[in-house]
Formats: sequence, C-alpha cells, structure tokens
Amino acid sequence: MSVSPANEGGRWRALPLLGLKAGKLVVTVAITFLGLMVVTFLIGRVVPVDPVLAVVGDRASKSTYDAAYIALGLDKPLYYQFWIYLKQALSGDLGMSVLTKKPIVEDIKRVFPATLELATCGIIIGTLVGVPLGIWGAVRQGRLPDQVIRVVGLVGYSAPIFWLGLLGLLVFYAKLQWVAGPGRIDIAYEYNFTQTTGILLLDTAMQGQWDAFRNVVAHLALPATLLGYFSMAYISRMTRSFMLAELGQEYITAARVKGVPEWRIIWVHALRNAAVPLVTVIALSYAGLLEGSVLTETVFAWPGLGQYLTNSLQNADMNAVLGGTLVIGIIFVGLNLLSDLLYTVLDPRVRRRT
Amino acid sequence: MSDVTTRDWLLSDRPASRRQARLGQAYRTWSQLRRNKLAMVGLSIVVVLILMAIFADVIAPYDPIVGGDLRTERLLPPSWTHLMGTDDQARDIFSRIVHGSRLTLMVVALVAVIATPIGLAVGTTAGYFGGWVDVVLMRITDIFLAFPRLILALAFVAALGPGIENAIIAIAITSWPPYARLARAETMQIRDADYIAAIRLQGAGSARIIWGHVVPLCLSSVIVRVTLDMAGIILTAAGLGFLGLGAQPPQPEWGAMIAGGRRFMIDFWWVATMPGIAIFVVSLGFNLLGDGLRDVLDPKGET
Repeated sequence: MSVSPANEGGRWRALPLLGLKAGKLVVTVAITFLGLMVVTFLIGRVVPVDPVLAVVGDRASKSTYDAAYIALGLDKPLYYQFWIYLKQALSGDLGMSVLTKKPIVEDIKRVFPATLELATCGIIIGTLVGVPLGIWGAVRQGRLPDQVIRVVGLVGYSAPIFWLGLLGLLVFYAKLQWVAGPGRIDIAYEYNFTQTTGILLLDTAMQGQWDAFRNVVAHLALPATLLGYFSMAYISRMTRSFMLAELGQEYITAARVKGVPEWRIIWVHALRNAAVPLVTVIALSYAGLLEGSVLTETVFAWPGLGQYLTNSLQNADMNAVLGGTLVIGIIFVGLNLLSDLLYTVLDPRVRRRT
Repeated sequence: MSDVTTRDWLLSDRPASRRQARLGQAYRTWSQLRRNKLAMVGLSIVVVLILMAIFADVIAPYDPIVGGDLRTERLLPPSWTHLMGTDDQARDIFSRIVHGSRLTLMVVALVAVIATPIGLAVGTTAGYFGGWVDVVLMRITDIFLAFPRLILALAFVAALGPGIENAIIAIAITSWPPYARLARAETMQIRDADYIAAIRLQGAGSARIIWGHVVPLCLSSVIVRVTLDMAGIILTAAGLGFLGLGAQPPQPEWGAMIAGGRRFMIDFWWVATMPGIAIFVVSLGFNLLGDGLRDVLDPKGET
C-alpha cells in the first residue's frame, strides 16, 4: 500500500484537532466511569444482604459488629460512603470477597486470563468465518448462498447460547468424543507447566508442553467455536450490508469498466473500504462476547470472569458481584472507545470532518 | 360493501378522514409485509405462541406443576402419551412448555410496557429541550449502555433478589437506553417544525407539546425497535432463568427448565432439549417478524 506524501501531511495536520477531540473524549470517558461506579455503588446499597454481617459473620458480638459498622463507614451519609468507595476503587481496592477471602482485584486478575483466552479465540473464529461469508452473501445477493448464510446467522441470533452449549457437549463430547469435556485442562496436565501468563495456549506452547497444549485445544475447541458462531452471526450480517453499500458505488463500476478482475474488485477495492466500519463491528462483538461468556462459562465449567460472577451471585457475595460488574463495564467502555478511535484513524473522511 | 370496494377505500389517495388514512397506511404496510415469506413464518410463530398462552389449560394434557407417579413416570422418553417425555418430577414436559408460553409472553409484554415509556420520556425530553438537559439525560443513558445488558441485569437481580418479577424489572431497566436515543434523534428532527412553533404560539406548555405532539410521532419507530428487541428480551430472561435468578421452580419457565434438565443431559437428553427448542423457535419467530417489519417500515436501517 503506497501512501502519497500529500496524504501523509494531511494525517499530521489533523493532529492538533485530534488532540482537542481527545481532551473532550477523556472528559466523556471519565464521566462514564464515574457513572458506572455510581450505578454499582447504588446497587450495592439496595441489596438485602447486610454488608457488616458479610464481614464479621453472624456470630460476632454486638461490639465487634458496631466496630465493623463504623469501619465500613456505614454511619456516614451516603455521599461520603460513595467518596470512600470511589477512593478505594481508584487505588485498586474493590473490597474483599466473602467467598474466597481474598481481595477482589486479585481474584479478578486470577480468573480474567481464562475469559480473555476464550473470548479471543471466539472472536478470531467469528471474524475468519464471518467476513468471508458476509462477502459471499453480498456477491451472491438474493441467491441461494445468501439465503443460506442469512438463515445460519438468524439461528445464531435466536438460539440460547447455554442450550447450544449443552447440546454441543452432549453430541461432541459424550457421544462422538471429538472434544474434551468441561474445564480448561485435564488435571493430569495441570501441573506440567507454570502459569506465567494465565493464557494456557501460550504457557504450554512456550514451555514446549505439546501434550498439554493439545489438551488445552481440545477443551477450548467447543466453547470457542460456540462463541465464534454467535459473533459470526453478527459479523457476517454487517459485512454483507457494508459490502453491498460499497459494491453499489460508482468507483466499482469504474473499476469494472477499466477491466479490473472481479476478485480484485471484491477483495481489494470494496473490502478495503468496507473494512473501516467493520473494525468497529468486530470490536463491538468482542465486547459482546464478554456477555456471552457468562452463560458459556457456566455451561463449560470454565474458570473465568463469568463463572466467578455467577458463583459470587449464588453465594450472595455482593462485593465480588459489583467488582466483577464494574470491571466488565470498564472493559466494555474501553473497547467501545478503542473502536471509535480506530474508526477515526482508519477513515480519512472522519478525520477531516473534525 | 364487497371486498374490492373495501380495498379501494383503503388504498384511496384522497382519504376523507384521519381514520381512513391510518387504516390505509396500515393496509399498505400489511400487504407489503405479506409478500415476505419469512416474516409470515415469524408472524405465525408469534400468533401460535399467543394462542398457546391463551388456551394453555385446554391444550396441555397434564398439570404443569403436579407430576405423575414418581415410581413409574419419571424421565420417560417422548411417546404418544407424553409428546416430549417427562422430567425428573414425573411432570409432562409438553404441558410445562405450553404453560411456560404464558411466562414468556408476560416477560416480553411487561418489559415492553415498562421500558418503552421510560425510553420515550427520557428521549423526547432530552431532544426537545436540548442544552444541559440533553447533556445530563444522554450521559445517564450512555452509562446504562456502558454495561453489557445481561451483566447489568444480573447485578440488579442480585440486589433485588431472584424471581420473575425482579427479572422483568431488571431487564426493563437495562432495555430502555436504545429507545431513548432513538426517540431523541426523532424529536430533534421534529422540534423545529412549523406546526410545533404554531402550537407553542397558541400557548401550549412544554409538557403538553411533548406528550401531545412529539411522542405520538416517535411512537412508531420506537415500537419497531421494541419488536426487534423482543427476541433479545426472551433470550435474556431465559439466561437469567438458567442461572437460577429468574423464575423459580416449580414455575415452568423455559430457561429454568433447561437448568433443571442439565444434570440428566447425557442419559435423558429430552429434558433440557425440548424447552431449548421452544425458546429457539419463539425467538426465531420474533426475529423474522422484526426483520420483515423493519424492511417494510425502515428499509435503510441495517443495524
């Protein structure tokens, strides 16, 4: 890809404007984060679970109870309590988990790589399958491939993910034995390597533990394919509509008249322009997989953030629930922001308008 | 009046009354929708669901809560006496699914009834007044949009306590932001129109203008959007039920039924599979219908 010098200059000239926009962006994001914390804080205040009992246990004496009551700041007005919550959260303290007896930040650090690994494999599968399918559907618009792809996508939109997961386990694990069962890795391999990154595919590969690596892949295959299928449904649909919009443009007609081969028109000319909004779509579906992971992880006994959240919920561990919710909210906002920024960087039209 | 003249009356390009114009518009939409086969499939699924919910007592051959003989009728495979088999409490799964349609419809209807007015009120107010009212209301909307829907619903249910009523409230609280954004965008197009200025000059207050003249114009696009969301609402409710946070047993809620059958998945596959098929078919129906409606009413919106 060759970039003309004039073009390059245009990119740099836009920088001060980008800086101004970045300042506004920072304020917006800061307000959103503050709002996220207000929401989780308020949810935490309406719970019927007594936060003091959660700390001291139900057999504590009256004086211990009162001491903890004051230590938690519950005698102070609500806005002051929020201030404490905010200060602690900003210094990386989301409180202690009642269930694991550890700081919640530490818990989340421990379980997050599992979710990251699953969601990343899912989005890779979803993109690699969804984008070509969407292009194929757009090229064969209204014909059989388009119809089939549309129906396959609709099934992805309509089926409950936890149900498909159970069916998948029944067919591919219990009956056909093509994949491994629930969990991330068999216990036989679990201690053959050290978890440095927490992402087992990387850990096993870097330490040359290929048997363990194969085992991890066997465990990952089904849940990742499932998540990939759900993001594929969305990605292929959006790719199709972006490609249709591009293929109807005059520059495509011009290229056809010039005699550019059809594969080049589709894969180079049209796709390059469709790729800009597509990046946003992929970032959004990546964030959507965080949501899908809550149900998927429950079905596959996957020790990630989703399972941590549901486990804490079922044990009325409110600190952990709210901490997990907050972290997911922050990641969600971060990914949205990233997709906005990528859009600005990739699309010269957006850049010029600012 | 014969059929041909009714049709002519509906399609008249000079409607004599407001009612005729509205009915004519509805008829045109319907005849366009009717040509879309997939949308018709979706519509029939939704109609069947509604009929099933109304006539559940007549259709269901057994009681949905009280099981049969625990010694001989547990976990029976599908047969002519038990169309979808029985579960671990010796209850007929088909009867439970038929009665479950009432819960599904109730969730969808209540979420729509709660979330639509909130979205409309926030969106039209923000769009009409603009300025700092707009900034504040839209920031709040963005904050709710910043959480993935299921996760926020989870947190709310955790705070309110499990149960189908709380699940409905939680889903409604997480559903309104997109409607607010849509209503705001529509309002901003309307608010500077001449007829709004005319009403204002006649001395109408802001509340009267918003409720009497802005909201009715935003209503149709918001309703299409709500229809498109219904499949998502069903899936979220089923997900909450599956996690044990929605409807509580022995209520025949489909998601909770899947959770109940999960333990027997390998040996008695039908217990968890049948309610899953029900969720799938119903949400497919709403998706097909919503897609068709959007193609007719808003052909350009492909998001």
